[in-house]
Amino acid sequence: MSDLQRHGATDHELATVDSERFPVPDPGEPEHLPRLTDIDEAAANRATRQVATMFGLVPILALIFVVCYFAVPKDAVVDFGPLHTPAQHVIFGLTLGLALLLIGTGAIQWARQLMDDHEMVDHRHGAASSNEDREYVITELEKGIDESGITRRKVLGASLLGALGLVALPGVVLLADLGPWPTRKFLERTLETTIWKEGIRLVNDVTYTPIKAEQVQIGQLINAQPENLQDFHGTEFLQEKAKASIIVVRMNPNTIKIPESRKDWHVGGILCYSKICTHVGCPISLWEQQTHHLLCPCHQSTFDLGDSGLVVFGPAARALPQLPITVDAEGYLVARDGFDVPTGPSYFERDSRNDFKRGDN
Amino acid sequence: MAKPAPTVSGSASVPAETPAKQLGPVFKAAAGPAKWTDERIGVAKLSRPFIRKVFPDHWSFLLGEVALYSFIILLLTGVFLTLWFKPSMAEVEYEGTYQLLRGLQMSQAFESSLAISFDIRGGLLIRQMHHWAAMLFIAAMLAHSLRIFFTGAFRKPREVNWLIGVGLLSIGLVEGFAGYSLPDDLLSGTGLRFVDGLIRSIPVIGTWAEMFVFGGEFPGDLIVARLYMAHILLIPALLLGLIGAHLALVVYHKHTQYPGAGRNDGNVVGYPVFPVYMAKAGGFFFIVFGVVTLMGGLMQINPLWTYGPYNPAEVTAGSQPDWYMGFVEGAIRIMPNWESHIGSTTWSWNVAIPGLGLMGLMFGLMAAYPFIEAWVTGDKSEHHVLDRPRNAPTRTAFGVAAMTCYGLFWIGGGNDLVATQFHVSLNSVTYFLRVAVFVGPVIAFIITKRICIALQRADEERLLHGSESAIIVRDPSGSYSEAHVPISQEEAYALTQHVEPKPLAPLTEQGDLSDKEYKAEQRRRKATRFWFLDALRKPTRAELEEAAHHHDGGDHDGADGDGHGGHDAKALGASSGARRAAD
Amino acid sequence: MRFLTARRRHPAAKALVLVFALLVMGALYSALAPSSKSAADTSTSQQVEEGRALFAVSCASCHGLNGEGQTEGTIQGPPLIGVGAAAVEFQVATGRMPMARPGPQAEVKASEFTEEETLALAAYVASLGPGPAIPEPADYDPAGLSEEEIARGGELFRTNCSACHNFEGAGGALPNGKYAPSLFGVSNLHLFEAMLTGPQQMPVFSNGVLTVDDKRAIIGYLNELHEQPSRGGLALGGLGPVSEGLWAWLAGLGVLVLFAIWIAAKGVKAR
Repeated sequence: MSDLQRHGATDHELATVDSERFPVPDPGEPEHLPRLTDIDEAAANRATRQVATMFGLVPILALIFVVCYFAVPKDAVVDFGPLHTPAQHVIFGLTLGLALLLIGTGAIQWARQLMDDHEMVDHRHGAASSNEDREYVITELEKGIDESGITRRKVLGASLLGALGLVALPGVVLLADLGPWPTRKFLERTLETTIWKEGIRLVNDVTYTPIKAEQVQIGQLINAQPENLQDFHGTEFLQEKAKASIIVVRMNPNTIKIPESRKDWHVGGILCYSKICTHVGCPISLWEQQTHHLLCPCHQSTFDLGDSGLVVFGPAARALPQLPITVDAEGYLVARDGFDVPTGPSYFERDSRNDFKRGDN
Repeated sequence: MAKPAPTVSGSASVPAETPAKQLGPVFKAAAGPAKWTDERIGVAKLSRPFIRKVFPDHWSFLLGEVALYSFIILLLTGVFLTLWFKPSMAEVEYEGTYQLLRGLQMSQAFESSLAISFDIRGGLLIRQMHHWAAMLFIAAMLAHSLRIFFTGAFRKPREVNWLIGVGLLSIGLVEGFAGYSLPDDLLSGTGLRFVDGLIRSIPVIGTWAEMFVFGGEFPGDLIVARLYMAHILLIPALLLGLIGAHLALVVYHKHTQYPGAGRNDGNVVGYPVFPVYMAKAGGFFFIVFGVVTLMGGLMQINPLWTYGPYNPAEVTAGSQPDWYMGFVEGAIRIMPNWESHIGSTTWSWNVAIPGLGLMGLMFGLMAAYPFIEAWVTGDKSEHHVLDRPRNAPTRTAFGVAAMTCYGLFWIGGGNDLVATQFHVSLNSVTYFLRVAVFVGPVIAFIITKRICIALQRADEERLLHGSESAIIVRDPSGSYSEAHVPISQEEAYALTQHVEPKPLAPLTEQGDLSDKEYKAEQRRRKATRFWFLDALRKPTRAELEEAAHHHDGGDHDGADGDGHGGHDAKALGASSGARRAAD
Repeated sequence: MRFLTARRRHPAAKALVLVFALLVMGALYSALAPSSKSAADTSTSQQVEEGRALFAVSCASCHGLNGEGQTEGTIQGPPLIGVGAAAVEFQVATGRMPMARPGPQAEVKASEFTEEETLALAAYVASLGPGPAIPEPADYDPAGLSEEEIARGGELFRTNCSACHNFEGAGGALPNGKYAPSLFGVSNLHLFEAMLTGPQQMPVFSNGVLTVDDKRAIIGYLNELHEQPSRGGLALGGLGPVSEGLWAWLAGLGVLVLFAIWIAAKGVKAR
């Protein structure tokens, strides 16, 4: 027997004797049945050859990988059935993948067919420590505590705990500059403001060409930005864009509801809304021309742009903010004012009483 | 029977010379360096307990290995990627080889990801291997934890290891999210925007958390670098530590094993680490590596270049996170739009509840379950033989119900793809799921429990009546019946080996328990009845002997037409009824 | 010449010069103004007649005999006055119209008409009222676009189109059973016409806002995107993380479980 240790009684005895817990007694380990490779030398040799072949193919595949790394041109493409991919990439994957796989299958075949497959039995020890260990540790701990003097001079322990606890405080406080503090002033400057002001022209996103009201047809959707977005660059550009993006839609004024308070927010049925969903901030431009519904692709919040952007479906809770627009002297669309509520997702300090609600006028 | 291992003297001062005759050629060559190392580190002493440790063999024990090996592959491919990736959000104009993005403004993170994909030979392969391995890592952890759950491997002494596992799973989710957000492409950037809105919506502290995470307004210029730090340093360190502890405990407790002849709670039957288990485990590592490499080379994943760089005014239809976040995504989509405006404050229940609440609920329940079941059974003994799921019907039913709930939320995460692929209305899918996530698990629980009990009945059939032999016997009166062959003792032992916690009747008197203790005990007893009353009780040794005797000596009359041959149906029914675990 | 100069101080001279100037400006305008929206009916009257006959048989039952539309009753169809030839060519050539049956979405199917008949129908509807004309090949053919322009087309695509049609043009879901169709295999002409006319729920992207050059850049981008090899291997549907996750479980974990079963299997015994 190999070096195994016995720790206490095994359940094997129990499994024969305790008939309530074990209605059928344990018959003991099943007899070991030989594999073909155990009794047939030819089979064993076959298996050996299989394993050696699998291992032997690996250096060949590795070599093909190295050669192809240098030899295959970058623009060569493999066209095989549905596979339409640059050749170098496919060859790398196939050669390296098969090489690794063959090492694995070779090892497994070796273990399954050629390695000794007699099962071994090891005895379990309980997870708990022995009573002697426990007693020894407890005794020595008590001795050590006594030797430290902490039980007699309690102030040592208390003051140590206090010291360790409070020295962590600087560590926590050091994190206070992780970001700007969202005070009321800060929020007003940032989350609650966009770069829209009276007179800012609406321009096409990407091309920045201004939009003439008469060019906008009924059923048209324009993804737009404020013209002064171009004044920003880098991070600031993205930050302002994430709040100021808008969409412009034109609908037949007779088919939509225009509340009294917003009757001069539109131009002949051309309305302007924030593009940023009030749910968690994805940009929306999935507009259904005939139903006037705007669907956000992220979580399917749906807003009725023919009804002041009220939510008609989905997890968004607030209507889409509307930007009041008019035309300037040359007929281009301009903002009449900034947004009257913060755009984008909700936050705790947001005063949402001014958002347009069902029944508002 | 194991071959004798060579022995090395344990003397501290002068190590004895090892007798050369006993050693094979491999050892002859290694003898020198081995002695040198042992004299300094005591290698033999260290490896003695492990060198022939026994590991049982079953395919379901390899799921955890898939997770482990995927993690190693992630480390290896990840290091490769860090050699070229630039975790910076500084804006550059693209002048690389991918023409369809020429001249566009993008972050350095995105640009370097494109460079890895197109300009570094093999870069795209490694990148895709990394991403596939990440998907596999979490899938394997989930499958592994399901195996642990359904076989009851979380019972004492393995509760701590279960908790470590829950930690690994939850941290793995965060690691994956951080990883796929690094390239700053349109799809993952949209996901970051979602997370920004999610953090912001937390009542009271939302904007503080948002500003502290992003270092300012979204998107800021810090988030990619911070996620990078978390992804390559902080979280892998945590994962490595937890994995180390996880494996150490498996070695210390020894692996569990399925019921079978020769196996019990006091032993472990299997193959020794050296050489068989090492070969199988090592071989499997290469197989996993090979499969991941083949996937990376043949199956495209996360084609950044078609998504384009992140732009807060752009989005794609079918925006989903990676699959393991799908259940949270689904919850966010199907949640009704509840938000409270109290004074000048806004409480976004519609975002905070599904976003944070669901993950907290899932991991909380997972973590708590072993302790709940331990409280119910009052079982304080160690368990090393696994349960077959059918023998723990309530636990299995809970597991399937949880899977159903998770699965329905997961489907919710792809509700727009469900709508387009199956030609149904998007809105109907959402309405259906709002109800189904509550009703579905209940139905799944009931059905699963019934299936388990039916399977237990099938086992009982085999125990009492043996297996069908396909030999039809015709008796003198003209009726036909099928002869049964008794099953082997090995099989019978395996079928009757499991632990049977007993359902308990309520206490009839308080005795010397305090009011609180009395109430708690009554509650516990009620729970045992819910958990264990319906399960079938094992046949006793007497019943088995009686059934065997009946078959041996009795006639094989098919009088009741149920093909069992010579059974008193009433007695069978009565004894089955009695075998309901009543007290 | 002397005749005019001699009468330059005639009391009616001012009025006559004004009238003459107006006539000149009007003539210049009609000669030089872009013929976009109000494209004149360039087809022959015979084509219009052929179109009228086809229309009466195939379209009038929903859209009315004169294209005036039917908004009441069980069979409904919007008015076609002013939709223009481009809209008709798009709807009919892609087989969307005539619809096989009423439903939330007009499905793409084989067209019921030949190219000639389609053009005849288009001519007839165009004659009902001015609307967008069928574009010229130069408008929608992206040949000759520079790399930068195509990249800009990609930006335009991701800003205006991918929200409905997905990053690759694989399509996407709309409310209540509708969907934005896949753009794979759609001709350049039809891509242009769809943007121009805004079919069914798709919004209109008129040339005055999304210029012809912008549209051509988008078409160029889509062409290149669909023609290029899928760089990483099999494209798995172009549907993003959902299909990737499915394959991770099936091809990844599934295959590995099969290997695991092989590894731990008891194997054939010799006795």
